[in-house]
Amino acid sequence: MSATRRRWLSGLAAATGGVVLSACDKLTMNPGVQKTLSGAEGLTRRAQRLITNRTALAAEFPESRISPDFRANGSTSPGDPEYRALVDGGFANWRLVIDGLVERPLSLSLAELRAQPARTQITRHDCVEGWSAIGKWSGARLGPLLDQAGLKDEARYIVFHCADTLDPNAPEGLARYYESIDLIDAYHPQSILAYDMNGEPLAVKHGAPARLRVERQLGYKHAKYVMRIEAVADFAHLGGGKGGFWEDRGYEWYAGI
Amino acid sequence: MPSVPSASVLVQRHSLVTRLTHWINVLALLVLLTSGLQIFNAHPALYWGDTSTFARPWAAMVAMEQGGQPVGITKIGPAMFETTGVFGFSGDQVRGFPAWTTLPTYRSLADGRRWHFFFAWVFALNGLVYLSANIASGHVRRDLLPDRDQLKPRHLLVEIADHARLRFPKGEAARRYNALQKLTYLAVIFVLAPMMVLTGLSMSPGMNAAWPWLPELFGGRQSARTFHFLSASLIVLFVVVHVLMVLVSSPLNSLRAMITGRFAIRQGEGR
Repeated sequence: MSATRRRWLSGLAAATGGVVLSACDKLTMNPGVQKTLSGAEGLTRRAQRLITNRTALAAEFPESRISPDFRANGSTSPGDPEYRALVDGGFANWRLVIDGLVERPLSLSLAELRAQPARTQITRHDCVEGWSAIGKWSGARLGPLLDQAGLKDEARYIVFHCADTLDPNAPEGLARYYESIDLIDAYHPQSILAYDMNGEPLAVKHGAPARLRVERQLGYKHAKYVMRIEAVADFAHLGGGKGGFWEDRGYEWYAGI
Repeated sequence: MPSVPSASVLVQRHSLVTRLTHWINVLALLVLLTSGLQIFNAHPALYWGDTSTFARPWAAMVAMEQGGQPVGITKIGPAMFETTGVFGFSGDQVRGFPAWTTLPTYRSLADGRRWHFFFAWVFALNGLVYLSANIASGHVRRDLLPDRDQLKPRHLLVEIADHARLRFPKGEAARRYNALQKLTYLAVIFVLAPMMVLTGLSMSPGMNAAWPWLPELFGGRQSARTFHFLSASLIVLFVVVHVLMVLVSSPLNSLRAMITGRFAIRQGEGR
């Protein structure tokens, strides 16, 4: 094969490849394609719920398996002034608010939260990026907390409003972290508001003073720096309307896979 | 399509179900591979066990600075290879696999996951249709299980020697698959494809609660992720060899057979 011919052929191959690749990117950005692809999320959620007992526990591990190098992702040191003030005060002024569609809104101090029915579990944390780490978590069980506030009949989801601004460049309402889960996961025995990790008070990089553990889903569902728990009928009016900071940026609301 | 010489007969080779599921599978595997590499790029490191020992992955793609220039490095165990332009650093970006191998080409874990989990369903359901139809019709037993004469050591040795010289069965002998072909198809269908699905499900925290034994089957979630990657690599190897074999044996005849179902066999021609 002559050099010119080889160059011509490889040019043709590169051009064809380029067309195919840019077509794939255009397809990915097409709203109709996105809608079709995201249809699989509902199928996955229903299929997993179908074969899983509502109270089936995520695997728990012995102490010896705790990871010495548990990585922290997302916000690791929020710069929000209100949050910095709480850190400086040793979280003495922190209050956990539970409101929304509840009969008796609550406001708990950290000491009061620590006095609630608790659970300790050693579980594996699976990040959406692909890595895993095992940690020991102690915290107040979410179910009894919600019962204490008394959910109204219309309540369908539990929203976690957080203290950290993860995307400072985003418009108002989209900048702060938030998450939401349904009542099946909220009342799961392993769903806790963790205040201790590996026997120590939760470090700032892991979400001090309290973070959600919802063990049957990926890491981004485990909201850190929780300030307020709100019971809602739906979450369309919050943030970007998809039920969470990362959900508003294209990630699945159901993160069981 | 080539004209069929008068000495040839057309035999029905592939059923409609096989042909349909074959081409759906081609699409599904392409999307699963490229979106899978996109997902892999979010954390281009592999571990053994349940958790990630971040300081000691058994394999990883990283970028490093060398003489003021960024270079891509691929680590496998203690060995390090410079792979700038392909793995670790390519297109002026720190990334595991290069842009042209990932769906989409730009970095987007969210989009990669969308494609992957949609086509995972396509792959699994398509595979179930293929399997149930072809087990029911007897195709698997009749055409994919090696015949007794094909499993004799001498026969296998002859086949290996023939493959090495790119000599393939002709005439009547081409009516059935050869033994290496059958064993390869069986391994892909009954070992690699189920491995992909099971190791994939092992990475799901929801499935972990439903079937806690599943990730343990592979030695933990991170081992399952490693096996997912290795099985995918073996499927890529299979596809490469499969396409090469089609190209060097009878490309148009094979392609026609997988589209129309008919395969031409020249009569009166031995091996």
